[in-house]
Amino acid sequence: MTHIVLGYPSFEANRQVIRQMVENGVDCIEMQIPFSEPMADGPVILKANQDSLARGTTVGECLEFGAEMAATYSIPFLFMTYYNIIFKYGEKSFFMAAKKGGIRGLIVPDLPPEMSPDFFNYAKEMEIAPILIYAPTSTDSRMAELNTFADGFIYCVARRGVTGAKSEFGDDFNHYLARCRAATRLPLAVGFGIRNSEDVKAIIGKADMAVIGSQTIQLVDEKGVEAVGPFIAGLR
Amino acid sequence: METTGFFGNWGGSYIPEILNQTFNQLKNEYTKAKSDPDFWQEYIDLMSTYSCRPTPLTYAENLTNHFGGAKIFIKREDLNHTGAHKANNVMGQGLLVKRMGKKRVIAETGAGQHGMATATMAAKFGFECTIYMGEVDVERQRPNVFWMEKMGATVIPVQDGSRILKDAINEAFRDWVSNIDTTHYVLGTACGPAPFPEMVSWFQSIIGIEAASQILIQHGKPPARVFACVGGGSNAMGIFQGFMNDSTVELVGVEAGGKGIRSGRHASRLCGNDASPGVAQGYKTMFLQNDDGQMLETHSVAAGLDYVGVSPILSDLWDKKRVRFESATDKEVMEALDLTMKMEGIIPALESTHGFVQAFKEASQLSPDDAIIINQSGRGDKDIFTIAHAFNDPSWKEFIIALGSEYKKQSRKCSLEREQDTR
Repeated sequence: MTHIVLGYPSFEANRQVIRQMVENGVDCIEMQIPFSEPMADGPVILKANQDSLARGTTVGECLEFGAEMAATYSIPFLFMTYYNIIFKYGEKSFFMAAKKGGIRGLIVPDLPPEMSPDFFNYAKEMEIAPILIYAPTSTDSRMAELNTFADGFIYCVARRGVTGAKSEFGDDFNHYLARCRAATRLPLAVGFGIRNSEDVKAIIGKADMAVIGSQTIQLVDEKGVEAVGPFIAGLR
Repeated sequence: METTGFFGNWGGSYIPEILNQTFNQLKNEYTKAKSDPDFWQEYIDLMSTYSCRPTPLTYAENLTNHFGGAKIFIKREDLNHTGAHKANNVMGQGLLVKRMGKKRVIAETGAGQHGMATATMAAKFGFECTIYMGEVDVERQRPNVFWMEKMGATVIPVQDGSRILKDAINEAFRDWVSNIDTTHYVLGTACGPAPFPEMVSWFQSIIGIEAASQILIQHGKPPARVFACVGGGSNAMGIFQGFMNDSTVELVGVEAGGKGIRSGRHASRLCGNDASPGVAQGYKTMFLQNDDGQMLETHSVAAGLDYVGVSPILSDLWDKKRVRFESATDKEVMEALDLTMKMEGIIPALESTHGFVQAFKEASQLSPDDAIIINQSGRGDKDIFTIAHAFNDPSWKEFIIALGSEYKKQSRKCSLEREQDTR
C-alpha cells in the first residue's frame, strides 16, 4: 500500500503519481485528507498537509478526487484523515459521501474505538472498512479489544514515534509482529519508516502488506512525479 | 471499556494508539494520587516551602474607591515562584513523574510561563527537560527563553503551522510518541486528552480553596462575582472550583477579544459566535475552526490566551450556564493594566489583565457590601518588551537602541579580534 497527501503538491500531481503507482503494481492506496493539526505525522507529511491547505484544498475536493480515482482504477482506495475532518463534515454524511465515491476503508489515527460507537456502526452499515492501528506499545489484551472493531486489515505501526523516521526490523520487531498475528485474523500491513526494497524484504513472510508513506512524498519533492514509477517497481 | 473523561458533551481522549498504554499508566497514577491524602499533603508542603503558598488575597482599596462599587480583591498568583499559577500544576505533575519513575519531561509553552515553571521543576527534581515554543512566541517572550535555557532546559522553537501555542502542543505530542518510555508530557493547561483537563484542574484547585477561606476572613462572606482570564482555562478552573457549589457566586471567564470580537482577529471561543464543536489535540471542545474543520489563526496581545481551543470542563460549564463568558480587547487590556499599575502598584500579566477589564466594567454595578475577586494569574514584568512596545514608550526605545548599538560594537570588536587571531 502507498500513501499520498491530497492536494500536495497538487491534485494534478496526485493523479500522475497514482497512475504510476497503479501501473507499477501497487495494490492499495491510502489518500490523506489534509488537516491543520496532524499530530501523528512527522515533518514530511506535516509539511505536505500545511502546503496543501495553504493552496486552498477543501474536504469537498478531496472527496471528489477520491471518487474519481476509485472510478478510474480497480484497486481499493482508502481515505486517511484525522477525526475532526469527519466529525465536522458529519460522520453519517462523510460515510455516505465515501460510500458513493467507492472508497473501501478509512484510517483515522486519533479515533480510538471507544470514542465513537457511531463511527463503527456507520462503517458496518455502509461496508467501509474501519482500519485500526496496532502499536508496539499495545498490550495483547488491547490488540484483542481493537480486533473486535477492526475490518479490512490491521495497520501495524513499526515503531514508536511519528511517520517518516527510520525503523529497525530486528528481533523486537519480529516478536511484535508475532503478537499482532496472534491477536487478529485480519491481514497485517506494516507502516512507518519503510523506505526501500530491503525494508520490504524484511517484512515478507511476517506481514501481508508494506506501507510506503513519507518516502514517495520526499521522492516527488526531490525528483518529480516521474521518479515514482521506477521507485515502486524497484521495491519488489 | 474506557468512556470516562467526558464532561457533558466535551473532553474524551482522542489519542493515537501508541499513547494508549502511557495514558492508562497516567490515569492510574493520577487516580491513586487523588485518593491518597499523603500525596495532597506532600503537594501542599512543597508549594508552601518552594513556592509562596498560600498566595495573598489583596484588597485593592484605591481601585475600589475609583470605581465606587463592590470591594475589589485580587488573588495574587503572580507571587508564586516563577511568577504565575502555572507552578501549581507543574509541581503537582512533577510529584507524579517521580512516582512513575520517568526521567525526562517535555512541555509546550505560549507566554513562556509554563515553560519556565517546567524548567524550574525539572531542575529541582533532576529531570531532563525540553520545551516546545512557537517561533512567534519565542520572539515576543524572549526573557523567558533566556531563563529556561539558564535552568538547563532545551528550548525548541516550533516553525510549523501558525508557530504559536497549538503548534507547540502538536510538536510536544510528536516528541512524546517517540519517547513515551522515558518521558512525561507536562501539559500546561486544563485541555488535551483525559486525564489532563481534570488533573490540571485538580492541582489548580488550590487557588480556589485558599481564596474561598481568605474572602470569608477578609470580607465576612463569599464574593458576588469571581473574574478570571481564560486561555486554555487552568487558572479560571483553579479559582472557580472554590466557589462552584455556591450558586450565589457568579463566575465570569474573560477571553481574548484581540482586535475586537467582530474583527475575526481574536481568541474568543465561548463568547462570540466564531467557534464550533470539534476534536483536536486529543479532546473535544469548542474550537475556532473553519467549515472544513481546519483550525483558524487566533490573535491576542497575550501569548498565553492565543489558543484555538478551551478546557472541555469550561465548555461544559458554559453549556450549563454556570460560567458566563466575556471578552476583552487588546486596547482595553492596555488601559486596565495602566490603571492597575498606577493605582495599586501591581503589575498583572497581559493574560491576567483580561480579567481586570471585565471586573472594572462591572464593579460599579454592585454595592459596596459586595466583594469581587479577580484572579491575577501571573505577573506582568515578564512582558516588559511587549508592554513597553504597546505603550510606545520613548525612553524604553532609547534604552533598547543604545543597548543594541553597544552589543553591535562588541560583536564587531570580537570578530575583528578573531580575524587578527587567525592571521
